[in-house]
Amino acid sequence: MIAELGHYALVLALLLALVQGSFPIFGAKAGDEKLMALGQSTAFGSFLFIALSFAALTHAYVISDFSLQNVWENSHSAKPMLYKITGVWGNHEGSMLLWILILSFFGALVAWFGTTLPSDLRANVLGVQAWIVIAFLLFILLTSNPFNRLTPAPFEGNDLNPILQDIGLAIHPPMLYLGYVGFSVTFSFAVAAMISGRIDAAWARWVRPWALTAWIFLTAGISMGSYWAYYELGWGGWWFWDPVENASFIPWLVGTALLHSALVMEKREALKIWTILLAIITFSMALLGTFLVRSGVLTSVHSFANDPERGVFILMILLVFIGGSLTLFAIRAPSLKAGGLFQPISREGALVFNNVFLATAAATVLTGTLYPLVVEAISGEKISVGPPFFNITFGPLMVPLLMLIPLGPLLSWKRADLYPAMQRLYWVAGLALLAAILVLAFTEDQPVLASIGIGLAVWCMLGAFAEIVSRAGFFKNSATIAFARLRGLPRTMWGTAFGHFGMGVLLLGVVAVTAFEKESVAELAPGETMEIGEYQLRFDGLLPVTGPNFSENIATVQVIKEGSRPFVLKPSKRFYQARQMPTTEAAIESIGFSQLYLSLGDVSREGKVVLRAWWKPAIILIWLGTIFMVLGGSISLSDRRLRVGVAKASKARLEAQTANA
Amino acid sequence: MTRKQKRLAMIGAIGGVLLSAVLLVMFALRDEIVFFYSPTDIIVEQKARPGERFRLGGLVKEGTIERNGQEILFTITDTEKDLPVRFVGILPDLFREGQGVIAEGVMESGALFAADNVLAKHDENYMPKEVADTLKEKGVWQGEAK
Repeated sequence: MIAELGHYALVLALLLALVQGSFPIFGAKAGDEKLMALGQSTAFGSFLFIALSFAALTHAYVISDFSLQNVWENSHSAKPMLYKITGVWGNHEGSMLLWILILSFFGALVAWFGTTLPSDLRANVLGVQAWIVIAFLLFILLTSNPFNRLTPAPFEGNDLNPILQDIGLAIHPPMLYLGYVGFSVTFSFAVAAMISGRIDAAWARWVRPWALTAWIFLTAGISMGSYWAYYELGWGGWWFWDPVENASFIPWLVGTALLHSALVMEKREALKIWTILLAIITFSMALLGTFLVRSGVLTSVHSFANDPERGVFILMILLVFIGGSLTLFAIRAPSLKAGGLFQPISREGALVFNNVFLATAAATVLTGTLYPLVVEAISGEKISVGPPFFNITFGPLMVPLLMLIPLGPLLSWKRADLYPAMQRLYWVAGLALLAAILVLAFTEDQPVLASIGIGLAVWCMLGAFAEIVSRAGFFKNSATIAFARLRGLPRTMWGTAFGHFGMGVLLLGVVAVTAFEKESVAELAPGETMEIGEYQLRFDGLLPVTGPNFSENIATVQVIKEGSRPFVLKPSKRFYQARQMPTTEAAIESIGFSQLYLSLGDVSREGKVVLRAWWKPAIILIWLGTIFMVLGGSISLSDRRLRVGVAKASKARLEAQTANA
Repeated sequence: MTRKQKRLAMIGAIGGVLLSAVLLVMFALRDEIVFFYSPTDIIVEQKARPGERFRLGGLVKEGTIERNGQEILFTITDTEKDLPVRFVGILPDLFREGQGVIAEGVMESGALFAADNVLAKHDENYMPKEVADTLKEKGVWQGEAK
């Protein structure tokens, strides 16, 4: 019964979304406040009903109601409760329901926080948001209904794919979706602005917090997915350039570009057309990502089911939204007036530079991701485009971008001199050079590329704070004055600094682990040892254990290093009975920012095991870097909410009121 | 700078970045893509150039897995032709007889494929798409994988 209510709630949400997608837009056209106000209540309503529907599905999972096909296929009564709940989105239907739950959640947020927006803009934004909700609700109801019943109800479920039974899965998809779908808001703002034809600095100011919010979640989601793949798949890699990873990375690159170009639009009213286009492209790429992952044209860990009908449906949604918005763009863009002028060497110029490189990088990643599909469609030949392609194309594009990270914020708006800006970076350049030389001096075979990479990382990390250091006047004033000034600096400046610093930290981790990683494989009988880096590994034997829905073979490995205390690592192999599926559980020990990573291979009849060991220097910095980026984004967001957005909006309203009076 | 010069400088810089990206992509697409072949493609049609890196796909032939310490020997078949494969390292969890797999590497001698990477995806019903298509061509496809 509850499942039927869930299904019914979805239908009701669809009806509300239809109202939300039509009347407020007519209202905005006709200037009818009442019709426009419908947007808010229906946005809350459809979110509420979708949330009810999601709750109904969760309930079915919690009580293991195997009369629902979806629950039967993906759950098991012996599964731990946490994974029963996370299993709700560990499959195609459930994850689409989560997708749309978050989509309508953002709609409700716009309705909630958008009280300071002009009412016609708000009505249009909510209307466009509703169209996306309608499209995906139809998709769920027509092709991917999670509430389908089975008669007779089976006795026991099929269990969730074991690699998805992990805490990483509890957090990674919701985070990623908050990011993906968060860009639907900027998309709706862009389309709404084009409908009304009013695009100005105020628009950018309203959009930027949404873009930033989406970006924060997308960054966190990708980072978490990377860490999950690293420890759960047991291959020791943190990024594979897998098509599905790319599908989330392309919106990230374009979204990052959007954040920067919206800044120019907000401050200087320049780059309007480009910013609108980026807002459209970012969400289009998120939709494309959904299509690639959900349609099954690409096979990967993420594609749960291959159903051509679904693929075609999402492709239709894709065509309608991308095609429609770009058509509208083509009609409206020529009428947009270009804003503030600027010299090539200026803050705006630097941000354009950033955008050119990020957009180009996104285009190369997109090319590499889609190329195999295109080749197969044209010639029937099957090819794969792997990491070497992306290393060659993406890598070189990132170097100039990273080099300019410290310089950009030091340039003034409109027109800048390079020399004074560079002067403020001398100390950074000196330390970066020192770092590069130290790497050369203290490593064995003088890895030139690695030392350049580490120099570049240090340049980014320290350079990120160059603006703050010079604003506070650390080299001119006494420390007390400088520290006092630090407190007066706007939060966005800190946000920028932390974001860029995180980029440097990430790069440091990437370079270190790429250049200095050690790997070793050996077959060991109990008592035998192998070496990895400075560590000696002694295999002490296997121990069979039974878990809730799996059986496990745990290897005990003694890790010995001269002069420090030995410890034990326990890599294991699990076997999940319901799915007849083995998994590898890696054992990881963090030592400083580095990690020792053990993965257990085959067990032979004589009790010998194959052990694969990695020494991953500074690998934690990769994820730590993203944490700094998320932190920077959050600091920036708190600034705007508290000061710029609210203050400006109410001032504008006051002015409007006095003008009316 | 005049307005026109400024615009030219901007367009020139942007065009330069785009051009270098296109060149990089073309260069990489020529050298860094990996083709997918079945044992028949290799043995009968000789599609792989000598020394070419490619992906070999098919089923792990029953009764051919031989472990020799870390070295593993097995045979990939598309049910018409068989190609022996040598691999050192840890096989994916779902590697087993009769399973569809993809091995990436180079031909070592005329008749042995030296793989440095073996993929078997994380689903017990999973069949790499390329393998499924090949098997469909050969007419030995059994049912629809979930």
